Amino acid sequence: MRRLLWILSLAVLGGFGLAAAQAATLDDVKQRGKLVCGIAPNIAGFAFADDKGVVRGFDVEFCRALAAAVLGDPDKIELKPFQPRDAFPQLQNGAVDIITGRFTWTYTRENGAGMSFVMIYNYDGQGFMVRKSSGIKSATELNGATICIGQGTTTELNIADYFRAHNMTYQIVSFAELDETRAAYEAGRCDAWSNDRNSLAARGLLLAKRDDHVILPESISKEPIAPIVRKNDPQWLDIARWTFNALITAEELGITQANVDEEKQKSENPEVKRLLGAIDSLGSKDGLSDDFAYKAIKAVGNYGEIFDRYIGPKTPLGLDRGLNRLWKDGGLLYSPPFR
Amino acid sequence: MRQAEAHSSASRFWAGRRLAAGGAQAAVLAAAALVVWFAASNAAANLGRLGINTGFGFLGRPAGFAISQHLVDYSESSTYLRALEVAVLNTVVLALVAIVGATVIGFALGFARRSSNGLMRAVAAGYVELLRNVPLLLQLFFWYFAILRPLPPPRQSLSLLGAIFLNGRGLVLPRPEAAEGFGLVIAALGIGAVLAAAMACWLRRRRARLGRAPSPWVAAALPLIAMPALAAVIAGPPVAWDLPRLRGFNFEGGLVVLPEFVAMAVALSLYSAAYIAEIVRAGIDAVSRGQVEAARALGLRPATINAKIVVPQALRVIVPPLGNEYLRLFRNTTLAAAIGYPDLTLIFAGTAVNQTAQAVEVMLIVCGCYLAINLAVSAGINGYNRRIGRSYR
Repeated sequence: MRRLLWILSLAVLGGFGLAAAQAATLDDVKQRGKLVCGIAPNIAGFAFADDKGVVRGFDVEFCRALAAAVLGDPDKIELKPFQPRDAFPQLQNGAVDIITGRFTWTYTRENGAGMSFVMIYNYDGQGFMVRKSSGIKSATELNGATICIGQGTTTELNIADYFRAHNMTYQIVSFAELDETRAAYEAGRCDAWSNDRNSLAARGLLLAKRDDHVILPESISKEPIAPIVRKNDPQWLDIARWTFNALITAEELGITQANVDEEKQKSENPEVKRLLGAIDSLGSKDGLSDDFAYKAIKAVGNYGEIFDRYIGPKTPLGLDRGLNRLWKDGGLLYSPPFR
Repeated sequence: MRQAEAHSSASRFWAGRRLAAGGAQAAVLAAAALVVWFAASNAAANLGRLGINTGFGFLGRPAGFAISQHLVDYSESSTYLRALEVAVLNTVVLALVAIVGATVIGFALGFARRSSNGLMRAVAAGYVELLRNVPLLLQLFFWYFAILRPLPPPRQSLSLLGAIFLNGRGLVLPRPEAAEGFGLVIAALGIGAVLAAAMACWLRRRRARLGRAPSPWVAAALPLIAMPALAAVIAGPPVAWDLPRLRGFNFEGGLVVLPEFVAMAVALSLYSAAYIAEIVRAGIDAVSRGQVEAARALGLRPATINAKIVVPQALRVIVPPLGNEYLRLFRNTTLAAAIGYPDLTLIFAGTAVNQTAQAVEVMLIVCGCYLAINLAVSAGINGYNRRIGRSYR
């Protein structure tokens, strides 16, 4: 019911709300003194409440980085958790400034839905979790399986494509809420549970007996996960994109949360000086301060630090960097130059 | 002459009043239309500015997602329009099953609350208070996981006669399919029905005239059974059964009743039954005690008193609020999204909104569908209410 109300509110806003979704998001954020981010609801490592009740995680750090770049303070944020199917209307009707969630960048989502994807901050792929007792070792053995999924995602379409391409049949059970998906899989409704592999690893931590389950080795799709902003505001898109690029560039240049002050003072490397705003005044071209990248890095550290802090090998999720390594380490992360 | 003049001036006065009232109504209507027009054009302009697709063209495009229960042919390459059809049918089937269940249980409970047996009264009262004071969504989760958890995986299915299977994927039944004798048997059934009606009519009249004759019900049933049986002998069996077979992960073939459907139907039936029980109880209470006492004095049996005296009079009180309860049950089917039953809300207000990003159009369609279905139910109830209201006036 609540969800129907949200969507109806979009219809009403579309009808009467002249003020909604105005172009100058930057001015709105500055005036409000607070950045509003849409995030995924309670997912270990990416966006979860810590023991003090503060919501933290990989996704949240990008919200904090942007708040630091724009407002100078990473804590001036408001986080709104949404089920996947609710998030787009919320962005479209102006209830959030940016979605830093688990959404895949696709053609149709960027063309005709009024949304722009900022940059890929997590390379993922869709996978399956099954019970070890089933003896299944590969996704190609899933012919005839019943599969539980969360609704309103690319998951539903990928499964349809994959099973058709491999000439296999399947039964789908889709749930509105991601926690119900897990509960139904756990209760034996499905042979397999499908989601992006990183999300499976995160949500799988909530299974009563995690060790009885295994994630199959295959990725059946490309899932480039990216933050999303409204399409009608190119300036805001640039700000978000280059703030996040700065975090990757910082890792390339060896700048960390700990040494950023020192680097800013002492570094003679022109790349470092440009990034941190010591020369060239890059930020002012976007309506930001010159040292926006410095503020973001100072607040959350570089990309590698964020990854290791929340989802890396030393965390309960224990994810390998894999495709999310820097390009020079064999991964796909590659920031355009700050110049 | 004076009077005529006064009369005509009065009628002129009333005509003027009517004109003024009509004008006011027209003005309000025009204002409402203007507001709707403004909202629609503003929405179109805003959506255009945001770069969001508009229009209903997406209905003709392939939907691309699978639906776990479809009563008509559907696959991933079917259109959104077809998906809408599947979704509406799923909602309607669920509501119809739940309405029948809720009505049967509700009437039984309503009579139990006015039973002479103290234990029955207490149990019925306890049921009503428990069920109507716990939120429906919680009951839904309870039934879903209560049904799901104890059920075995497909390979250890509970089996009845090797044809019916129960497991965590649902209840698998043999599916009837039309065989060679189907047409002839159906035709024979039709002829049998006509014969039975004629025979029952004749016997009833005969009974009224002579005071004795075979019961019209028993005698009328004869052609109804004999004719199709004869046809089946001549033309072969009317249906073949598609038996489920265990292959790989699950059964193939057969007819599958999803656990989501069962949980929804059970939860909705039991929940609405609590309200219907109260409606029925109020209806019984509305029949004056004198009626029952008079019937007893005539020596009628309790069952006959209920069937011939109490229920017909109670119905007049019961039907209007019962109609409300049916409409409420219909709206409550939207909770199906919570446990993954593919109803109109889950498929259209959920998946389709996300895949097309055209929230305004999709929600208009969904609201329109619910409105149309509910108006139809409402019209049916009102018609029935008029009929029973008239016959006892």
